[in-house]
Amino acid sequence: MGKTLFDKIWDSHVVVSKPGFPDAVYINTHFIHEVTSPQAFDGLRKRGIPVFRTAKTRATADHNVPTIDQHLPIKEALSRKQVEMLTANTKEFGVELYGLGHPYQGIVHVIGPELGITLPGMTIVCGDSHTSTHGAFGAIAFGIGTSEVEQVLATQCILQYRPKRMKIEVNGQLKKGVVSKDIILYIISKISASGATGYFVEYAGEAIRSLSMEARMTICNMSIEMGARGGLIAPDQTTFDYIKGREFAPKGADWDKALAYWETLYTDADAEFDVVLTFDAADIEPMITYGTNPGMGIGVTQHIPALTEVDDKEKPSFKKSLEYMGLEPGSELLGKKVDYVFIGSCTNSRIEDLRMVADFVKGKKKAEDVVVWIVPGSKQVEAQAKEEGIDKIFEAAGFHLRQPGCSACLGMNEDKVPAGMYCISTSNRNFEGRQGPNARTFLASPLSAAAAAITGKVTDVRELV
Amino acid sequence: MSKTFQHLVSTAVPIAIENIDTDQIIPARFLKATTRDGFGENLFRDWRFDTNNEPKQDFILNNPIYKGEVLVAGKNFGCGSSREHAAWAIGDYGFKVVISSFFADIFKNNALNNFILPITVTDEFLDKIFRAIEADPATQLETDLEKQSLKIVATGEEISFDINPYKKACLINGYDDIDYLLSLRKEIESYEASREFNF
Ligand code: SF4
Repeated sequence: MGKTLFDKIWDSHVVVSKPGFPDAVYINTHFIHEVTSPQAFDGLRKRGIPVFRTAKTRATADHNVPTIDQHLPIKEALSRKQVEMLTANTKEFGVELYGLGHPYQGIVHVIGPELGITLPGMTIVCGDSHTSTHGAFGAIAFGIGTSEVEQVLATQCILQYRPKRMKIEVNGQLKKGVVSKDIILYIISKISASGATGYFVEYAGEAIRSLSMEARMTICNMSIEMGARGGLIAPDQTTFDYIKGREFAPKGADWDKALAYWETLYTDADAEFDVVLTFDAADIEPMITYGTNPGMGIGVTQHIPALTEVDDKEKPSFKKSLEYMGLEPGSELLGKKVDYVFIGSCTNSRIEDLRMVADFVKGKKKAEDVVVWIVPGSKQVEAQAKEEGIDKIFEAAGFHLRQPGCSACLGMNEDKVPAGMYCISTSNRNFEGRQGPNARTFLASPLSAAAAAITGKVTDVRELV
Repeated sequence: MSKTFQHLVSTAVPIAIENIDTDQIIPARFLKATTRDGFGENLFRDWRFDTNNEPKQDFILNNPIYKGEVLVAGKNFGCGSSREHAAWAIGDYGFKVVISSFFADIFKNNALNNFILPITVTDEFLDKIFRAIEADPATQLETDLEKQSLKIVATGEEISFDINPYKKACLINGYDDIDYLLSLRKEIESYEASREFNF
């Protein structure tokens, strides 16, 4: 019987497999950032051991960084301390750091791919659940906890049980105004925030194949929001074209050899999945979430479920969620006023996302009482946006192009949505307090977010494109 | 945090909410510490305290009737962010066992790596536990890791739970993954030598 792509990669990375033990799996690339690494370095220090393979670890500062005035010291003392500690730890242990001010700095899941560090066939981990993003290249990539960060620093391996395999096929073609973020929000709304727990997902089908690398990353990024360990997409010409020529990608004869290997990375026709789900791209409309987990999403023209449509057992959580959001069961979101628009995060802050938004807003102006933050995923995205004059388009529209970082995706740095306010956000989590204490989040695509920025309310972007 | 787990008889704190994500367990603004200690203070911070830092009376951790070293929660506990700080907060607060009908993967690993036992029970048994505690907050739960069993002491109702044998041995004996991985050094080096590229 043939093998799935996942199994091909996994099998070629198993160092030791013993009955009764989890597999010891070799890790090709380990990304670290300031929030989940200090305690891991501390652990190494306590054990008196070094980082085993320093060249396979890359660090950046993203979660705590301010997104204005990055040339100044970080104001908030604890954030500053964490970022400084990353600098000290990477120096002490000999790990390469793309810190604040470095031309490669940015959100960890944006910089890996754009630098050509993320490659097909790799195993990639990071102390961050959205590590699944890198799966877009046909890599096994997943988030880990800090104890596991320490394991990987110490041994370049991780202990893991092989997850089950799920295939999600999206067939057909997307309709106008519908983009990859809508695909993934749609899938999660259908299978729930825990629908893929215990599985590693492979995305396939015509609608996935026709996506750019940036759009594929958006899909894989949110795999974790349905509980999946990770998600991946078999590499193809789109993948190879994206990688070729990037800073750390193989070059010359190495490129040819690498390519020959990467071309073997697909799921064999007779391979078996534990679960196969199929969706039709034509059924997907622009999506928006109304609740406090990413599974609580609807098409923008639909209404929030009425109480009678909710399972008895889920009612308490559902009610709590809507209370937090200040929304009524059964009501519509269309036309609902928004206060903030956040376009950024590792889900949607790549150059293509900014281009899509710029294209749409060119010649338009934001609604008066909406605050719009556009936060590029990296220094390179920021530079590219400026080179293309995208910053000027934003300025004319009244949008604020900030400096790279996680920003309002999580209420950790200075960028927080004030209590009670509604923010339409291109990030990946609408949890209570995620964007700041008592902030209310609507997750949507960059296009839908841009449309809301212009009209000041939840809008069906299809009416404007 | 203790470095082993074998057996526990304790009352429990029930939070009958589903999809409790790690942002609720420990909000991001409290992730700035650089050690593993002290996170218990901010466990469920925004559910426990209002914006003036006054305890919210209607949240169960502020109700002195409910206490114990066992946390019982609705399905899909620990979803969302991979932050191990969530497990540290739960452990630091004093919980040694978390019971739910479903755990998010990363949380489960993180808990085990911190000698906190996540026990997955059926929806029915979870309901039973919730109802038992509702009827009597002094309800004791007995966890026996060796036997892999969880019992409602008063009624004798018992359920067995799964845990993989490796992790079970780690918990009982106080080993951690790094000890094991460090012992594989030779195998790791020979694996590296067998690969032409770093993928
Ligand atoms: S952008 Fe948001 S989800 Fe992505 S790594 Fe940063 S905090 Fe995590």
